[in-house]
Amino acid sequence: MKRQAFALPFILCLIASTVIPMMMVAYYGFTDRSGSFTMANILSVFQPVHLKALGLALGLSLISTVVCLLLAFPLALILRDSHLGRRGFIVFIFILPMWMNFMLRTMAWQVILERDGIVDSLLNFIHLPHAQIINTPAAIVLGMVYDFLPFMVLPIYNSLMKIDDSLIEAARDLGASSRKVISSVLLPLSVPGIASGITMVFIPSLTTFVISNILGGGKIYLIGNIIEQEFTTSANWNLGSGISLVMMLFILGSMAVLQRLDKSGEAELL
Amino acid sequence: MKDALVELQHITKAFGENVVLDDLSLAIEENEFVTLLGPSGCGKSTTIRIVGGFEKPDQGRVLFEGKDITDVPPNRRNLNTVFQKYALFPHLTVGQNVAYGLVISGKTDQYIRDKVRYGLKLVNLAGFEDRRIESLSGGQQQRVAMARAIVNEPKLLLLDEPLGALDLKLREEMEYELRNLKEELGITFLYVTHDQEEALTMSDKVVVLNGGYIQQMGTPEEIYNEPENAFVASFIGDSNIVPGKMVRDRLVEIYGVPFPCVDEGFGENRPVDVVIRPEDLILREPGAGKLDGTVISNIFIGVHYEMQVAAGGFEWLVQNTVSHPVGEHVSLDVIPENIQIMKRPASEDEEALALDV
Ligand SMILES: Nc1ncnc2c1ncn2[C@@H]1O[C@H](COP(=O)(O)OP(=O)(O)OP(=O)(O)O)[C@@H](O)[C@H]1O
Ligand SMILES: [Mg+2]
Repeated sequence: MKRQAFALPFILCLIASTVIPMMMVAYYGFTDRSGSFTMANILSVFQPVHLKALGLALGLSLISTVVCLLLAFPLALILRDSHLGRRGFIVFIFILPMWMNFMLRTMAWQVILERDGIVDSLLNFIHLPHAQIINTPAAIVLGMVYDFLPFMVLPIYNSLMKIDDSLIEAARDLGASSRKVISSVLLPLSVPGIASGITMVFIPSLTTFVISNILGGGKIYLIGNIIEQEFTTSANWNLGSGISLVMMLFILGSMAVLQRLDKSGEAELL
Repeated sequence: MKDALVELQHITKAFGENVVLDDLSLAIEENEFVTLLGPSGCGKSTTIRIVGGFEKPDQGRVLFEGKDITDVPPNRRNLNTVFQKYALFPHLTVGQNVAYGLVISGKTDQYIRDKVRYGLKLVNLAGFEDRRIESLSGGQQQRVAMARAIVNEPKLLLLDEPLGALDLKLREEMEYELRNLKEELGITFLYVTHDQEEALTMSDKVVVLNGGYIQQMGTPEEIYNEPENAFVASFIGDSNIVPGKMVRDRLVEIYGVPFPCVDEGFGENRPVDVVIRPEDLILREPGAGKLDGTVISNIFIGVHYEMQVAAGGFEWLVQNTVSHPVGEHVSLDVIPENIQIMKRPASEDEEALALDV
């Protein structure tokens, strides 16, 4: 009984910070401005503008998740192989940008990518044509990858580190080449890490509006931007909540799929 | 002369300051069962890992069929290892684990299926193909590890304490199966154990390792009956090791009592170590033997009684099927053939080396 009493403040905080807001979102989502029940907010997802934003958000976050995975797995392998002394240092170097403000990091890319920015000047310098990267979906993907890559690397690195060296030795002993060791031992055994990495990249990418605002020049609308605008400029909380609820379905769905892969709950380690 | 299958030449290996192997040389003939025997931490696993290619020697070479393989990676060596820590793949079933090497070498499905069944039957796990690794006991995992290595029919099989987790009956069965494999498939074995009984029953050649050196190398009989130094004598079986003086050839003095023996060539009046196995000591009526004493303890340990007899200032370990109660006066005797004389290490260094555990 005593122990449960200690948990009370936390339970209250939890209720105040998640349960109540969730209920409010649900309330707004299913009502119109006058407060009467409607499905219109939910169904508004099927409006062409919203469908397009949702499709684009899904597409771009899928691409950036795949790119993150392709970059993170080899990187985590290299981190695993590097020797003990250097290992901590390299991981540290890697986490360092995560301590910087998220907006700042994204804005840095704006400077790098903008017309007559660093990349453009460099291209110019070696007599290549101007490359229009800023304000394109590509710039948004780049921003997503840059911002969320560590969240892919760390869980994969964690599950790779849990694999005993003796398994690799056993595979080598049985004739496996280095490549075969990766595909038949390291990759399958890091699936839990990959699953939580995907969750931690895909979901924030899907719902981001900051990255698309800054690197999309306010012209490319992802579903996150739509929701943000409904809450701010249009002040239509009902519509914003309705679309949010639909997004939540998407997120819960993808988490359910990934959870089945991620049996050991790598995400908790971060 | 035919080349040995494997030859370790002047292998030295240190981990930091810790010199684990010091100028170790060893040859393993084709179809030989060689056992590395020694206390924990003496470098048995390190030796096996050097042969398997998982550890690089600091100095020296490893030859396989006469070719230098010191720099050849493990996957291109014609040998397989049963690891001390089993190292089974947790994401694969038992059958997939056993099939791993066969799949990589590109065998046909039919061949693989038959081999896996054969391998599992061999280690007493028939029908376990679809079980998950984590559902197995330690002993079962150990046997899967063994099957996984054996089905590849390597020229050389390295086994690092493969029977450690098995009960006595199963262990004896597996010992028998391993010997059988050697006869049937002509596989050569390099086997590691710290269990001297296992080493003596299975091996063609036993290599006693301690302190980075080979203490003695020979047939089980040689190792047991003619230990070359006090370490080997005390490590292999129980024994009484006492100081003595070699009066002349074939006569040794122990605690002032002359004992006829069969050893020669130690010089005259030289200090030596004398080894007498507990089962070789004969208990007689007081006065009828050579050293009179008193039984000070007596326990029954299965087939025979193990007694301690205080005589001549030493507590002798005696094993006998006849029980003598504590307090009884007895006399110790031993036939000349059962006295083993060892040279006393000349310097303290050498002694430390021999006794360093
Ligand atoms: N990778 C390593 N790094 C540092 N020291 C090591 C390493 N591997 C082994 N050693 C040391 O080398 C020595 C010999 O180890 P090894 O594993 O060969 O012993 P062993 O004879 O197999 O013992 P056991 O019977 O306990 O398995 C030990 O002192 C051990 O601490
Ligand atoms: Mg060992």
